Amino acid sequence: MEFFRNPNIDFLGKKWYFLAFSLVFSVAGVLSMLFWHGIPLGVDFRGGTLVYVKFSHAPNDNAIRAAMDRAGLHNARIQRYGPATNNEVLIALEEKETSEQALDRGKLQIINALESNAPQGKLDLNNTSSLALTSYLLQKDPLHAGTDANQRYAAQAQAIVTYRDKTRGGVLSSFDELKGVADPAVIAALQEAFYLSDFGVRNVEIVGPQVGKQLQTQAKLAVLYSLAGMLVYLGFRFEWIYGVAAVITVFHDTLITVGAFSLANKEISLTVIAAILTLIGYSNNDTIVIFDRIRENLKLMRREKLADVVNKSINQTLSRTILTAGLTFLTVLALYLFGGEVLHGFSFALVIGILIGTYSSIAIAAPILVAYQDWRLKRKQGPMVAAGKESRRRAV
Amino acid sequence: MNKNLGWKLGLIAATLIVFLIGIFGIPKELSGKGLLASLQERIHLGLDLKGGTHLILQVQVNDAVNVESDNAVERLKADLRTRKINYTEISKPDPVNNPDKIVIKGVPPEASADLRSIVSDRLPEYQLTSGAENTWTLAMKPQALTELKNRAVSQAIETIRNRIDQLGVTEPIIQEHGLGQYQILVQLPGVDDPGRVKEIMQSTAMLEIRQSLGGPYASEQAALQEHGGVLPPDAVLMRGKSIGTRDSDSGETWYLISRASAVTGRDLRTADPSRDENGQPAVRFNLTGEGGRRFGAFTAAHVGDNLAVVLDNKVQEVAVIKEQIHDTGVINGRFSEQEAKDLAMILRSGALPAGIKYLEERTVGPSLGTDSIRAGVQAAVIGMLAVLIFMLVYYRGAGINADIALILNLIILLGFLGYSGATLTLPGIAGVILTVGMGVDSNVLIFERIREELRNGKTPPSAVEQGFSRAWVTIVDTHVTTIVSAFILFIFGTGPVRGFAVTLTFGLLANLFTAVFVSRMIFDWILSRKQRGEALSI
Repeated sequence: MEFFRNPNIDFLGKKWYFLAFSLVFSVAGVLSMLFWHGIPLGVDFRGGTLVYVKFSHAPNDNAIRAAMDRAGLHNARIQRYGPATNNEVLIALEEKETSEQALDRGKLQIINALESNAPQGKLDLNNTSSLALTSYLLQKDPLHAGTDANQRYAAQAQAIVTYRDKTRGGVLSSFDELKGVADPAVIAALQEAFYLSDFGVRNVEIVGPQVGKQLQTQAKLAVLYSLAGMLVYLGFRFEWIYGVAAVITVFHDTLITVGAFSLANKEISLTVIAAILTLIGYSNNDTIVIFDRIRENLKLMRREKLADVVNKSINQTLSRTILTAGLTFLTVLALYLFGGEVLHGFSFALVIGILIGTYSSIAIAAPILVAYQDWRLKRKQGPMVAAGKESRRRAV
Repeated sequence: MNKNLGWKLGLIAATLIVFLIGIFGIPKELSGKGLLASLQERIHLGLDLKGGTHLILQVQVNDAVNVESDNAVERLKADLRTRKINYTEISKPDPVNNPDKIVIKGVPPEASADLRSIVSDRLPEYQLTSGAENTWTLAMKPQALTELKNRAVSQAIETIRNRIDQLGVTEPIIQEHGLGQYQILVQLPGVDDPGRVKEIMQSTAMLEIRQSLGGPYASEQAALQEHGGVLPPDAVLMRGKSIGTRDSDSGETWYLISRASAVTGRDLRTADPSRDENGQPAVRFNLTGEGGRRFGAFTAAHVGDNLAVVLDNKVQEVAVIKEQIHDTGVINGRFSEQEAKDLAMILRSGALPAGIKYLEERTVGPSLGTDSIRAGVQAAVIGMLAVLIFMLVYYRGAGINADIALILNLIILLGFLGYSGATLTLPGIAGVILTVGMGVDSNVLIFERIREELRNGKTPPSAVEQGFSRAWVTIVDTHVTTIVSAFILFIFGTGPVRGFAVTLTFGLLANLFTAVFVSRMIFDWILSRKQRGEALSI
């Protein structure tokens, strides 16, 4: 099977279309960053509290909002999370409700607000640790256990908590579910002091303001060093203009991807930064394959115009470019569709990034080389063949 | 040629076996269950997959500096007194921001040489500078200051480790975090009550036994009034442990406590939960030999007086000294059973040299981790299958070649994880998936090049030869640049993101071996079995 047999497309002739396309997307992203959604930073960078809650039934947003309001959390953001059948909700508080003196105050407030209609004096079995269960059972002693009471009750508590978390996804909806998991006498004893709320806390993220700032700096530095590393390596392996072209290309990709996050108002978390760095690596990978071919062809086709050499190189590698992009896209798409909610932002960045990264190697990186040469010719500095260092060495 | 193939095949088989052992270890039984069990033992899952708590702590190193400089102030005062040098005031003007700065006022000019020699002999880690009007400033030398702060961090790590070990948390990670910001990273897998663990870690546990000179008073003002508005110079007011059920309105109590302490937490040999004479939970402690002697002398001299047990600058308990006590004592203060147990444990583990506060907390419930693994593995399998099938359809014979290389790549990657003890995180799984996608790129590069050479009329052997050698240059360039960005991710990232960088790097390194060496060998083997001029399935 073969998709492309000797393609011969004049890519450089379409550079103005490419430029227009890139400009539209970059400008849209930049406008959104400046005037619309801004750069939607996640809790990792902004600081704040996130509590992921799973309900035993379809959650009622209005009821949750009312509970938060009653607790004085007027700025809480409530958002459905994951597939609707999972009954999951994310409740977020801004940084100012998280002080470093009492980092988890916001979390406790949220849990208390959700538990506000608890029966008098009863504890919530869905949000109790196995340790607390053990000590309650020890005190109650429903099995009239002897010397091994400690181990027996610990085992019972562990079994209940494991069943709740692993099998039931964190929420029990009735004590009857525990039949067969724990001893009937234990269940009866639990019913005296515990009730079942309609939710369980699955995940908590609390980032103090100081760490948020620190992570912001780190992320910026990581992206910058990554670009610098590339510039140096390509300057070393090719010519400096190749490095510059690759860095401009990657910058373009990053800008459009971050712009897409802004347009879609999706939060940028630490893992999204990891995805952006991956995309930098990927896009660069793609650019190098084409540059490598240009370098090789420059040695063979010394009399032809640079534009023709570049066009030919893009066409020769087109089959590989499309195949690799397609296969990588396929795996990333699998991640986006089946990888679960936690990886959503990460795979979203890669889905966009791979499309843009592939496009930009052809549409941005290669034309920059040609444009640079044209500019040099215009300034009468003489034609320059932007071949790699190796070819020059060999030519001598 | 065949001999050459032989050692290559041997090398590949050996690699396969070595890395399979890396993944599964040496399994006890060869059933699906046995393999799964040993897989789970070999591959360490990150917190985001197995559930647990991730904390970042700030050590308030200035606390430790303040303790040190307070000490220096006392030593200096004592030395000046013994040398009969006058001074009007020795104080610390800014203990919050410049905790090491000490200002000495009113030392007569003729005594300046003496002051200098006292500082250089007795406080060698300090720098003395003179200012206007007989004012002198003492500040710690930068190197000594940094050393002191670093020591506070490593002591804090040690203490926290002691406490966590006693809680029985398995495989905790406690290490310095970031670069020189005095932060500690604590990762606690599978802790189901993070609130309690946090409290235990944070407790400074500064235990002191001092003399109680008066109290309890209902408020600070009341205490001051009692003493005519001026406190005795060697005493301070301290808040008592608040006991809400007391009949006084605010529930506040204050005591007048001596500045000097008879014994401190450092003099403890052991501490155990126990019960007091009324059967209430309490903590019993034993003092070291030296501590016991001091305590014995103190109690002998103060029979009939009150002593106060002070914990973290709060009065825990006040009791009358009935007789000389040597080396054991009981602290009671209306504890619950659990509180008594925790306090004993904290006291045993030693005091923190400085306070800590929490900067970041992430808790992943076990239920979420299980879901994430399921989703991640599902995505990986689907993505992998899609790629494998596509390669087979598109490249036919050579597709098998690429698929073998890919599978081997994955085995080496997982084996690496097993051997190195690196943790597999959720982004790490994403890294594995991405490795599959990018790993196949090397194969595509090579195969497309071979097809091109074949189209140009080369014979299969020389097309394979050319394809590999031409593609090799590109493959090296692309791998190096991606590893560079993975490396940068590793330096700047934390936890899960690092896991991603690790799997990506391992995957790419393995890819150099599988896509080039293994794939080449398979081609050579196929070619060696073909008649001259027979077509290559690609």
